[in-house]
Amino acid sequence: MNPPAGTPDKLIYFDNAATTFPKPQAVVDAVVDYMTRIGGNPGRSGHQLSIDAGEIVFSAREAVASLFGVTNPMRVIFCSNATDALNLAIQGMLHDGGHAVTTAMEHNSTIRPLRELERRGGVEVTVVPSPGGVVDPADFEKALRSDTRLAVVNHASNAFGIIQPLGAIGDICRRRGVVLLADCAQTAGLVPIDMKKDPVDIIAFAGHKGLYGPTGTGGLLLSEGFDHGMMRPLKYGGTGSSSDSVYQPDFLPDMYESGTLNAAGLSGLCAGIKYIFSLQEGVRGIHLRKKDLAAYFLARAEERVRGFDPPASASLVETGVISFNIEGMEPSDVAYHLSDRYNIMCRAGLHCAPMAHRTMGTFPEGAVRFSFGVFNTKDEIDYAISALEEISAMKEAG
Amino acid sequence: MILQNSYRVVLFKSVNQTMWAEKILREKGIPHKLIPVPRQISSDCGVCLRVESGQEEHVRNVLVNVEGFMEIVPL
Repeated sequence: MNPPAGTPDKLIYFDNAATTFPKPQAVVDAVVDYMTRIGGNPGRSGHQLSIDAGEIVFSAREAVASLFGVTNPMRVIFCSNATDALNLAIQGMLHDGGHAVTTAMEHNSTIRPLRELERRGGVEVTVVPSPGGVVDPADFEKALRSDTRLAVVNHASNAFGIIQPLGAIGDICRRRGVVLLADCAQTAGLVPIDMKKDPVDIIAFAGHKGLYGPTGTGGLLLSEGFDHGMMRPLKYGGTGSSSDSVYQPDFLPDMYESGTLNAAGLSGLCAGIKYIFSLQEGVRGIHLRKKDLAAYFLARAEERVRGFDPPASASLVETGVISFNIEGMEPSDVAYHLSDRYNIMCRAGLHCAPMAHRTMGTFPEGAVRFSFGVFNTKDEIDYAISALEEISAMKEAG
Repeated sequence: MILQNSYRVVLFKSVNQTMWAEKILREKGIPHKLIPVPRQISSDCGVCLRVESGQEEHVRNVLVNVEGFMEIVPL
């Protein structure tokens, strides 16, 4: 029999927006399989272990491509994580200056590279206010200029679980000839995206969050219509191709993939995506399940936890990510008690998203964040609600 | 015994492209094998696709527009 939720024998993990845990066993097995049976450098040599490693990486490329409706797996560029991928897209697209437009719900992984380029000179950044957590596409359009080169949109907030109207913004960007980069760190494997239909040019994804792969995996997807000649590489070096030249190759994905890839991680990532495909209703099923868990938690917390204060409207929470405060308590204290007394792992503070917290009125104190994954259950949420009831009563008792 | 020259190899610029091409051949049901680039053939990509010589034109038609396609040479 399994131990009850929240005992020292069974911790509760509500920090899936940071990285999902646990990983499916198939992911662990795939990493071990690469490390023990294959081990070659993908794409560097002609021997069997190198070919096997190359095939594993290629399978991961195909899995990512098919998840996003991309036909050509060459249009998947592997990076170390979503931040690495976003830096490639942002710095690559704005390498010789220009104007960029973004939302007020961004994570530091997009706003920091944008502000850094602005500080260096040559790049201007417009942040479109996003009252209540959602940007109005009409406001976004008003911010576009004739020299706007890039639109950067956080698909779903890592702190509040709110989704931006990517389709409407994408339609505007297509009409105005602006390249749209979507930060899908929180939505890959959770909200279905089809790059054949959805008007997005570049998607950045994390492999270790909603795709259930190991840390150290992530990347970019380029739509079929996007001319990658516009995007300068961030790194230059060995690719295992065109080795007779001292210049970087100009073809995908080698142009952007210098250095040995994280083949062990990508082996796991491929297994993680296959795991998602194996679930009933796949990505859509995960989305519905997370929405259901979030609604279940919110309804009970509102009813039973004194001083429970979530800044986001419940109807906007899409991705199983909820930030909240308990009136009169520091978020870090709440998180400490949850971990120390109840074995519940969550994250307090600003979640690397000061701008989003400012937009939602929780800056600078931040909030407590629960982020659910496919392995979380309503029993665990019930236990967490009881824990929060006790913690909020502690505050009442002084 | 199969004679050496009864095969051709298809060369691409990169391993990724070779694997993409292999997938296309697999989908089309064209017999092939992913092999290390033979020593006598100059290419810096580590792998290539070996096909039967009788399939050369068919393979060329199928793969010529795949990015990175370089050439088909006798083995």
